[in-house]
Amino acid sequence: MSEEVLTLRGVVKEFDGKTILDGIDLTIRQGEVAVIIGPSGCGKSTLLRCINALEPIREGEILLQGEPIRAGAKNLPSLRQKIGMVFQSYDLYPHMTVMENITLSPRKVQKRDRREVEREAAELLARVGLSDKAESYPRQLSGGQKQRVAIVRMLIMQPEILLFDEVTAALDPEMVREVLDVMLELAHQGRTMLIVTHEMAFAQAIAHRIIFMDDGRIVEEGTPGQFFTKPQTKRAQEFLDRFRFDT
Amino acid sequence: MQALGLDVLFKGQNFIRLLGGLGVALRISLIAVVISIPAGVLLGTLMTKKNPVIRGILRFYLEFMRIMPQMVLLFLVFFGSTRSLGLDLSGETSAVIVFSLWGTAEMSDLVRGAITSIPRHQYDAAAALCLSERQTYYYIIFPQALRRLLPLSINLITRMIKTTSLVLMIGVVEIIKVAQQIIEANRMSSPNAAFGVYLTVFMMYFLACFPISMLARFLEKRFYE
Amino acid sequence: MNPEIIGQYLPLYGEAAILTVELGFLGVLFSAVVGLFCAAVLYLRVPILRQIVWIYIELSRNTPLLIQLFFIYYGLPKVGIRTTPAVCGVAGLTFLGGSYMAEAFRSGLEAVPKIQEESALSLGMTKAQAIRLVILPQAFSVSVPALVANVIFLLKETSVFSAVSLMDLMFTAKNLIGLYYDTTEALFLLVVFYLIILLPVGVLGTVLEKRVRYAGFGS
Repeated sequence: MSEEVLTLRGVVKEFDGKTILDGIDLTIRQGEVAVIIGPSGCGKSTLLRCINALEPIREGEILLQGEPIRAGAKNLPSLRQKIGMVFQSYDLYPHMTVMENITLSPRKVQKRDRREVEREAAELLARVGLSDKAESYPRQLSGGQKQRVAIVRMLIMQPEILLFDEVTAALDPEMVREVLDVMLELAHQGRTMLIVTHEMAFAQAIAHRIIFMDDGRIVEEGTPGQFFTKPQTKRAQEFLDRFRFDT
Repeated sequence: MQALGLDVLFKGQNFIRLLGGLGVALRISLIAVVISIPAGVLLGTLMTKKNPVIRGILRFYLEFMRIMPQMVLLFLVFFGSTRSLGLDLSGETSAVIVFSLWGTAEMSDLVRGAITSIPRHQYDAAAALCLSERQTYYYIIFPQALRRLLPLSINLITRMIKTTSLVLMIGVVEIIKVAQQIIEANRMSSPNAAFGVYLTVFMMYFLACFPISMLARFLEKRFYE
Repeated sequence: MNPEIIGQYLPLYGEAAILTVELGFLGVLFSAVVGLFCAAVLYLRVPILRQIVWIYIELSRNTPLLIQLFFIYYGLPKVGIRTTPAVCGVAGLTFLGGSYMAEAFRSGLEAVPKIQEESALSLGMTKAQAIRLVILPQAFSVSVPALVANVIFLLKETSVFSAVSLMDLMFTAKNLIGLYYDTTEALFLLVVFYLIILLPVGVLGTVLEKRVRYAGFGS
């Protein structure tokens, strides 16, 4: 078995007296692509935010390659560089060009050489088909293009694990595909990924493991083959039925 | 108390006299606000019309009123009216005229802003339902604009109260004048009176404006949520 | 109107205008510093300081500058704080302007979506880096219209400086009217000089506003 990249033990998160995460245990290994699905409000987005310490947790621990991640800790910026995260809303810096958006953190945080970083950024932009947009401002891009830039901006930090928080949920339908294709390619490169999504067909195609959450707990886990054809729990069954009804 | 000069306030009629001074300022503010609000609604509505002549004239009036310090406007009317029109206006009358003209300009801009913030499709929807222009304004536009307008026009009242302090500069008996008289009268017995009296005047203005500001903020929050 | 009289008064108004601009400029500058500090305290929710700043802002916004100046100039010397007219003018303008500038900066800071800070943090920045590189530049561009409006407002407010015996434009006009009865010329020059001071600021503001605006965040 390959190395454990991310380990969660008994993670509990409360907000306004409500329990959002109720004892999450989870291990993600090197090169694994895990997809979290579940109904709205089940805590899946909060889980990603806790892993990046954007939310403090009340109990349990989160380890990145054995090192604990805690909100407010001194070493947080250096740990966060190893975690790449892309959000649902387009969160590019509106006052900077695409190139500046991508190179800001490598230059200011990692203190890397400007020219080297710009060359790498240009290569990555070419890989996601946005070579001609380097000098554009975010407002000149479509939603799908912005999300691809956000992915590049995260990749250039050379993270150990990639977190995707419903990155296609705010996109127009015709732009979903271009973003998912980029993610599929990352999976084929053997990246370690943890994805929250509502795109069931995509989850089935990309995942090594499906994690089904409901009410702040992991209810069921399995390979896509198992989960989508023979879900073990009633709740997973009901959840999947809702999607089938649509089609 | 003596050291801070607050004692003079409790001598004789002094505190009542200070309140009376504030009363004159508040009376001027009140009259000016009562004139400004309807006049501002009228002019503000006219500003949203397409007629270029009316718009041009109103625009000039508004810009002039807003770029000139109110103190200059006060001088223009108080000193200028005698010379050019042969009128001998009292300080209080001049103040009412100036602050009404200024308040009208400010109010009309708030009204114009509130009306133009109503999206185009509201007019279209009203037209599609066969409402006349008057009905559209009366039933559709004004009620929506009012929600945005209310907190802003209440804020205008506090600005008006603060601005009327300027009438001291053209010699209208007013709160500051009264304060100066009290300080003069007690120069020997209470040398520190200036501190206490000016602090009191400061706090009086604060107490007059603060509740109104809070009301405006409360309404703003309620309407925007 | 007599052009000769106007020519004769011109230097007096020129001097007064320079005084107005100098004191106004200093007042605006210090107001911006005070405002930035107060906005930072409110934005970062610094305990205790936050309450003090709140009280200051309410006191400053709910009292007229004229009364603030009277208190500083005539009241404070009784408790041992003595100021010259010029210092008093700048101090009063700063006391007034600080709260207006604070509101302008604060609304700019709050207009920046939370996600901007979060994505900067998730890319390894410290909170200080996120504020400096990502949040402040965006907040500033939102604040510009309000900041320009404040500069014009504060320059206009300098017109009460004559109350603490500063020889500004109002003082000059009042003097000439009182001494020589050249009312028309004195008032004409008064209006012209305020236009000379205030119009360029207004125009500059409009230009600046257009240049720093990044039409709509992220959309």
